[in-house]
Amino acid sequence: MIAEAGHYALVLALALALIQSTVPIAGARWGDAALMNVARSTALAQLLFVAVSFTALVMLHVSSDFSVVNVFENSHSTKPLIYKITGVWGNHEGSMLLWVAILALFGGLVAAFGNNLPLSLRAHVLAVQAWIAAAFYLFILVTSNPFLRIATPPIEGRDLNPVLQDIGLAVHPPMLYLGYVGFSISFSFAVAALLEGRIDAAWARWVRPWTLVAWIFLTLGIAMGSYWAYYELGWGGWWFWDPVENASLMPWLAGTALLHSAVVMEKRNALKVWTILLSILTFSLSLLGTFLVRSGVLTSVHAFATDPTRGVFILLILCLFIGGSLTLYAWRASALKQGGLFAPISREGALVLNNLFLTTACATVFIGTLYPLALEVLTSDKISVGAPFFNLTFGPLFVPLMMAMSFGPLLAWKRGDLLAAAQRLTAAGIAALVTIAVVYAWTYGGSTFAPLAIGLAIFVIGGAVTDLAERTALFRVPFATAMQRARGLPRSTWGTSFAHAGIGVALIGIICETTWNSEYIGTLKPSDVAKVAGYELKLDGVTQRQGPNFREMIAQFTVSLDGEKLSVMTPSKRNFTTRGSSTTEAALLTRGASQLYISLGETTNEGAVAVRIYHKPLVLLIWWGPILMAFGGMLSLSDRRLRVGAPKPAKASRALQAAE
Amino acid sequence: MTRKQRRLTMIGGSLAVLAVAAALVLNAMRDSIVFFSTPSMAAEKQIPTGKRFRLGGLVQPGSLVRGDNLAVNFSVADGAATLPVSYKGILPDLFREGQGVVAEGALDASGVFKADTVLAKHDETYMPKDVADALKKQGHWKDDYGAKPGASAASAPAQGVTK
Repeated sequence: MIAEAGHYALVLALALALIQSTVPIAGARWGDAALMNVARSTALAQLLFVAVSFTALVMLHVSSDFSVVNVFENSHSTKPLIYKITGVWGNHEGSMLLWVAILALFGGLVAAFGNNLPLSLRAHVLAVQAWIAAAFYLFILVTSNPFLRIATPPIEGRDLNPVLQDIGLAVHPPMLYLGYVGFSISFSFAVAALLEGRIDAAWARWVRPWTLVAWIFLTLGIAMGSYWAYYELGWGGWWFWDPVENASLMPWLAGTALLHSAVVMEKRNALKVWTILLSILTFSLSLLGTFLVRSGVLTSVHAFATDPTRGVFILLILCLFIGGSLTLYAWRASALKQGGLFAPISREGALVLNNLFLTTACATVFIGTLYPLALEVLTSDKISVGAPFFNLTFGPLFVPLMMAMSFGPLLAWKRGDLLAAAQRLTAAGIAALVTIAVVYAWTYGGSTFAPLAIGLAIFVIGGAVTDLAERTALFRVPFATAMQRARGLPRSTWGTSFAHAGIGVALIGIICETTWNSEYIGTLKPSDVAKVAGYELKLDGVTQRQGPNFREMIAQFTVSLDGEKLSVMTPSKRNFTTRGSSTTEAALLTRGASQLYISLGETTNEGAVAVRIYHKPLVLLIWWGPILMAFGGMLSLSDRRLRVGAPKPAKASRALQAAE
Repeated sequence: MTRKQRRLTMIGGSLAVLAVAAALVLNAMRDSIVFFSTPSMAAEKQIPTGKRFRLGGLVQPGSLVRGDNLAVNFSVADGAATLPVSYKGILPDLFREGQGVVAEGALDASGVFKADTVLAKHDETYMPKDVADALKKQGHWKDDYGAKPGASAASAPAQGVTK
């Protein structure tokens, strides 16, 4: 019964989405407020029904109802409860249901909190949102129904892919989807603006908080996924430039550009047409990511069992929405009033530079990700584009971006003074140079690139601190006054500084980890000692243990530094009987921001075990950086200005409707 | 600055950045792209020693030999040809005899493929997509490859250890 109820609720959600995608638009054309208000109630009802459908699938998984194909294929009665719940989206059908559930959630939020939006804009936004929703409901119902039954129910399920039986699955996909799908709101706003033929600074102010929410979640989602790969895959790698990772990085880059261009639009009423295009591109890249991961054109841990019809269906959705929105853009963008041009040396000029580099960097990732696919289709040559390609293209483009990042916030709107900004950055510059010298001397004979990169990171962090110090007039006025000023600063200013500093922090982590990573790979017998980066790791012994749905081989290591015992580490290897596959559970020992990392390989006949031990200096900074960035985003989101709501759109813009 | 000059600065700046990016991409394309081959394609194309490529195929059952210090030798087969591979390090969890594998490295003077990476990028059927496609094209694909990962995988590790 539960499965049928869930299925039925999804069909009802589709019906509601179809109403929501047409009636409000008709209402807006005829100026009928009642019809436009239909969007609000249908969006809320849609959220309700999708929630029912999703809850139904969760209940089926929790109660291990193996008469449902989806549960049979991805669950097992002995699986711990948390993985029964997270396993709901650990498969293709369930993850698509999560996707539409989050889409409906965002639609519901716009409906519930969009009271200060002009009625016709809200109607249009929710209608566009419903087009996307309807397409994906159809996709689920036609090709990926999670509620299908098996005629003769088996007694036991096939269990979830062991790699996914981890707490990471509870956090990473929902976060990432909140990010991906959150960009649908800015897309809907952009298409609505094109349909209405009207856009102004108020529009940017409405769009910005939604974009910021999506960006925060995407940032955290990517960082979480990276940390998960780092500890779960047993290789100690945290970013592989895998197409699936790139698929999440591209919307992030475009979304970051969008956040910045929306600022220009809000403050200076310029870059309107560009901001609209970025909104469309960001969500298009999210859709592309969904296509790459869900269609089966790629093989990775993210691609669950695949079926060609699904790929074709998603490709159709992709073409329809990207093609449709870009056509609409080409047709209508000229009707939008252009904003003014401005001086290159100014805050808005710096933001344009940011956009230029971010979108170009995004384009290189796009080429590196899709070129192998295109080449295979055209010439059937198979190639792989790996880390070297991205290091050579993406890296150089990020260097000027990071240099400019410190200057941007110090420049005034309209006309900035580069020399004055440079003078204010003297302290940051000196700190960077000192760091370069110290690191270079300390690691003399090693890499020359690493000290320079760390210097750049220090410059970025220093720039963020300088911005705050300048605004609070720290060191120029009494300390108490400066603190008072600090409290009075807009939260978005704090947000900018945290987010920018986060980039610098992450860069330090990345450089330290890749340059000074030390490793030991070999076989150890009990009471053998491995030495890595000054630490001594003694293998005490290997024991076996039975887990709920796996057998586990646990090795115990005693870690000591300079003869002093620090801790005990217990990496393990789990063997999942149902799927006959094993996973490596790495053991991590955190020392400050650095980590010791042990993962196990096979055991040999003589009782020795193959181990991989890494010492990763300052590796945790790689993830603290994004956390700082997300924290900055949250601070900015809590800014009073965004809560107060946007001003009423300028009356003058009415005249633009004549352009229709 | 006049309006026209500003516009020119903007457009010129953008074009400069795009040109630099294009140059970077073309340069990287020349040096850092790795082709994929199966053993028979490798034999056919006469890949020179030292040129990096990705080798894909099935791990020949019974070919896995473990030496000292984590040295591993095995053969990769695609039904028409086999190529010996040597690797030093820990094989991924999903490595199995008789199952698909992708290794990255280059041929040495004696014709042995020196792998520096053995990839674990399988889906749950233990068959890398590149390998599956290549085998299908050469007509060596059997539908039962990967159909029952549990059954074949359960026995495979035991073979690996005793050899």
